[in-house]
Amino acid sequence: MTAPGRTAGTGGEPVAAGGAGKVMTAAEVAATLESGMTVGVGGWGSRRKPMALVEAVCRSPVTDLTVISYGGPDVGLLCAYGKVRRVVAPFVTLDSIPLEPHFRAARQNGVIEFTEYDEGMFMFGLYAAAHNLPFLPTPAGLGSDVMAVNPGLATVRSPYGGQEVVAMPPLGMDVALVHMNRADRRGNGQYLGPDPYLDDLFVKAAGRAYVSCERVVDVLDEGPPQTLLISRMHVDGVVEAPGGAGFTDCAPDYGRDEAAQRAYATAAADPEAWAAYRKTIDEGAER
Amino acid sequence: MSGAPAGAASGSDATRAEVCVVACAEAWRGDGEVLAAAMGVCSVLGARLARLTFEPGLLTTDGGALLTAEPIPLGAPAGAVEGWMPFRDHLWLVLNGRRHVMMGASQIDRHGNTNISAIGPWAKPVSQLLGVRGAPGNTRLNPTSYWIPRHSTRVFVERVDTVSGVGTDRGAHGLRRVVTDLGVFDLGGPGGTMRLLSAHPGVEVAEIIGRTGFALDVPAEVPETRRPTGEELRLIREVLDPEGRRDREVRP
Repeated sequence: MTAPGRTAGTGGEPVAAGGAGKVMTAAEVAATLESGMTVGVGGWGSRRKPMALVEAVCRSPVTDLTVISYGGPDVGLLCAYGKVRRVVAPFVTLDSIPLEPHFRAARQNGVIEFTEYDEGMFMFGLYAAAHNLPFLPTPAGLGSDVMAVNPGLATVRSPYGGQEVVAMPPLGMDVALVHMNRADRRGNGQYLGPDPYLDDLFVKAAGRAYVSCERVVDVLDEGPPQTLLISRMHVDGVVEAPGGAGFTDCAPDYGRDEAAQRAYATAAADPEAWAAYRKTIDEGAER
Repeated sequence: MSGAPAGAASGSDATRAEVCVVACAEAWRGDGEVLAAAMGVCSVLGARLARLTFEPGLLTTDGGALLTAEPIPLGAPAGAVEGWMPFRDHLWLVLNGRRHVMMGASQIDRHGNTNISAIGPWAKPVSQLLGVRGAPGNTRLNPTSYWIPRHSTRVFVERVDTVSGVGTDRGAHGLRRVVTDLGVFDLGGPGGTMRLLSAHPGVEVAEIIGRTGFALDVPAEVPETRRPTGEELRLIREVLDPEGRRDREVRP
């Protein structure tokens, strides 16, 4: 059984090591997006965000996106470029800088819609979408304003005893973008840092998924089998993007570049400085 | 671990930040083997101090996905680890329940409802903050305490603009302690409202009342917050926070 709209893995034959396989460029990934799509972005806050792919989307003509994310500079940058109609998130933060300046501005100017969930509810939404479930039950959210600001959110009573729980709906998406430490040409992705975040759920919840990575390798042998987080059966394209997490943390390849992140946040506060910062992204060399 | 001779520091020369660290630590007293999930410098130091002293069963992290074999200094690498707790497992542990979280709050009301999401109308905020994060689930499902480094009428409000964390009137699992730079509180007042438990050394009760934007339950006799012991001061100053980051969160 395949998820609706899934196109990955239809070729049947695994790609021979050394073959071109699913390798493509960030610009080619961005070109597959259409305006109005729902796009999920992996990582967490300012950690292992697929910034090379996000920047390629910023350079593309798409707009009116719904962005599903444990949000960081991915959400901020897409907001700054006017690509976003709606953000679906439990938070948007740069971690060491608590508040994301572009997301704040977009919210305070009323130019984006926002669907706000508790972190655990959000994860259950990903689990539900990844496993084709109509909803997953959780007490998280009850009593809070998450229920008030999401009037479509329903509760159900347990058939086994009456406990009321939130029926968290699936957070399905047209496209998922994630960044791994390593990948192979077939589309298998490997994380080598301490936290997988929810990246495997994003690719399973998506109609199509694209994996950028620090390095494409022939054999994914730098970690034990449990580091092989993402299977090619869920992946449509692989992009080799050294430094592709931008200034966000990408352990063990590199930590967060705090100076670069401060430069990003500082530039956001001043239109002229932002224009200069944005120019570097607009003219970004194809990775 | 060694440094100044034992007994060199005593509670009487503790800074306000050090009093706050010990007050935060006290929130986890009696919890046993649960994850002490802490946010904010004094809160993180408090969890690690509690584990080093009177609550050795606590589990603490490196600030990331690793459960450290021993409490580590602020910002230090994890060293030996005893467990793995990536974000997804934190979120499952919220449901499991063996967790006592100490969060921050931009606004808190007399029932302990808190806001970290947005100031002003939610639909178009005056100030967009973090988002609700894990506050709804944490407060509904886990013992929860708060660490608020700057006690003011801007934070202690009659009504929070967005309810991120639920209070005693909205089904909180159990709100244990609210620790601020001025004092220690719980929700043991009439109808589950905020009650003053102790004032930090040097803080007048009138100042606490003046910097609280709702009617606080104040007992006739308000004790002074416990001062750190000499050993606690040594652990804070020499082991857990030799760089003095606590003093940047709460000015001496």
